[in-house]
Amino acid sequence: MTKDAILASIRRGLKRGPLPADQRAMLEGRLATHPRHLIPARSRVPRPEQIALFIRNVEKEFGSVARIAAGEEVPEAVADYLAAQNLAPRFVLAPNPELQALPWAEKPMLEFEARRAQATDAVSVQHGYAGIAETGTLMLPSDAARPTTLNILAETEIVVLRASAVIGAYEEAWDRLRRERTDPVTGGFMPRNVMLVTGPSRSADIEQTLELGAHGPRRLHIILIDDDPAALPVA
Amino acid sequence: MVQITSPAFKQNAARALGDAGLQKALGKAKGAFLQRRADAVSRLPEFEQLRDIGRDIKNHTLANLDFYLETFAANVERAGGTVHWCSTAEEARATVLDICRKADAKTVTKGKSMISEEIAINDHLEAHGITPVETDLGEYIIQLRHEHPSHIIAPAFHLNREDWEADFRRMHTDLDPNRVFNERRDILAEARTKLRSRFLAADVGITGANFLIAETGSSVIVTNEGNGDLTQTLPRVHIALASIEKVVPTLEDATSLLRLLARSATGQDFSVYTTFSTGVRRPGDLDGPEEYHVVLIDNGRSNMIGSEFQEMLRCIRCAACMNHCPVYGVTGGHAYGWVYPGPMGSVLTPSLVGIDKAALLPNASTFCGKCESVCPVKIPLPNLMRHWREREFERHLTPRAVRRNLGLWAWFAKRPGMYRLATRAAMGTLSLLARGKGVFRSLPLAGGWTEGRDLPAPEPGGTFMARYAKMQREGR
Ligand code: SF4
Repeated sequence: MTKDAILASIRRGLKRGPLPADQRAMLEGRLATHPRHLIPARSRVPRPEQIALFIRNVEKEFGSVARIAAGEEVPEAVADYLAAQNLAPRFVLAPNPELQALPWAEKPMLEFEARRAQATDAVSVQHGYAGIAETGTLMLPSDAARPTTLNILAETEIVVLRASAVIGAYEEAWDRLRRERTDPVTGGFMPRNVMLVTGPSRSADIEQTLELGAHGPRRLHIILIDDDPAALPVA
Repeated sequence: MVQITSPAFKQNAARALGDAGLQKALGKAKGAFLQRRADAVSRLPEFEQLRDIGRDIKNHTLANLDFYLETFAANVERAGGTVHWCSTAEEARATVLDICRKADAKTVTKGKSMISEEIAINDHLEAHGITPVETDLGEYIIQLRHEHPSHIIAPAFHLNREDWEADFRRMHTDLDPNRVFNERRDILAEARTKLRSRFLAADVGITGANFLIAETGSSVIVTNEGNGDLTQTLPRVHIALASIEKVVPTLEDATSLLRLLARSATGQDFSVYTTFSTGVRRPGDLDGPEEYHVVLIDNGRSNMIGSEFQEMLRCIRCAACMNHCPVYGVTGGHAYGWVYPGPMGSVLTPSLVGIDKAALLPNASTFCGKCESVCPVKIPLPNLMRHWREREFERHLTPRAVRRNLGLWAWFAKRPGMYRLATRAAMGTLSLLARGKGVFRSLPLAGGWTEGRDLPAPEPGGTFMARYAKMQREGR
């Protein structure tokens, strides 16, 4: 079998046979404890600064952020953003219970369907799982309530994110996923797809000059709900 | 396999030096990459420490590669995916074709993948009636032009805006021939529109993988355009092509390497899309592929383990070494004659295709050491090139004249434009040759150049040959 041939060739190079049981156990231990390496100091700051760092980094990467005081204000924030961008008030909404429960009826001009995205959708409103302050990155793990297509098909992606879900480093987001999720197929924690998204899509393939709006969204807008008293800006 | 023109490196390089369009493109592109990387590195004070960590993670993985590959494969299968182990490019091609046929595929979208160039999958699919569509912007125009990428992260590094416009006019004949491209973004917008329908129609999506994660059985792609995600999300079948050295143990290991990758490559703090794919669509999921295949390719790499070239397998394909290479900077990537150009190609290509076909590449260096100093996983590229040259001397593969003057180093040194770059970038090496006199009366390896003139030398040091002999003694 090719598999055996490749493994045998690797072991020949390593000048050993299959790993002895004690070394295997050591490596399995490393996988189970998945030790962290150095985490840059930049994100290890008090909560209000972490949020500020997240916002700064999103904006540096050509995304935008609107900060609101409570979830009830999301429909208004969506309506305002679409109007400001001259976009039709129509979108595909992630079929997420938290998002669906928002008071959309208060903004009757907003038309939406909760489903996966299609090629004809111009705007998507996605649910953010975590925000990583270190680089202004969103973590968007797939599941029935957070379809991957909402991250890539529409020209404009709006992500609703709780400030309490903004953390410092990627590693903290992985640990949260490990804690909170059990996969129905593997029993592990990884969903089918996890996207880490930093700003809207772009390409530098033409003369190494950056242009926004390649195949993914041209605009990435984050509506940040201030649900974390400890994370509010210090007055 | 992609036709190998590495034996003609000299002729290729000479042609490149005389190609005005290429020189213009190279001149424009180079500075951008260098400045952006330098800025990104300066924003992260821990960058140097992370390079050591990156090196150590990769070394640990390579020392236990059998274990991590088996763990990875078991976890892919637990998530409903299939792993196909392939020793050779032929096996990999046959495997991909077989998956596509079973899926009854007519068109296949593709994300950027160097291993797909290495196994030349596009030609193979086409020969069997399946249309591959490159979706990365740079790869897309390369496919329109029937060329190969000239750079591992910027495939169209050698092209100017005028080339893009001309090719788009030539190929997109359904559009108004008199349309105006005012800005680069108009070119981008046209490609976006053109490719949209392709994404939606594809039966199979093929991507590469920047990393494989043993802990979770995930394949990771890193892109800015989002084409890779459309490629691996929309079709019913996703195939990830990956060589065996892409595996790392855990998400934490991958995360540390990701901190190095984008900064070293494009000078971004993080790429726009870093995506982890693990198995097939879960019950209740509304999108994502129903089949997930990882084609795990050796193609010569396992033979590098235990050899003096093992360290090359740490490479995370960031391209910093070629971006900073004075030789690449004037020849571009095509001169190297195979898939991987620049310093990393000069080490890897002989390992994968045989030194007999790539003997000149390890000489295509000024030994300025810049590549090693920027490599995020600290691969000692100049040393590895020296190993190849040693081997090549032993085998007497080099023509006598080349042996006498150490070949291309001198060849480049005799080209004034090239030499200016070399002197700027190669102070370290040159100082070794000056023997503390501050001036070169004769360069031991470039007599032809120093016959009529002296070359001011930067700083005193031991001779190249002395140092070379010492390194050999030390077995480095
Ligand atoms: S050898 Fe180092 S610098 Fe060159 S591409 Fe590989 S990782 Fe990057």
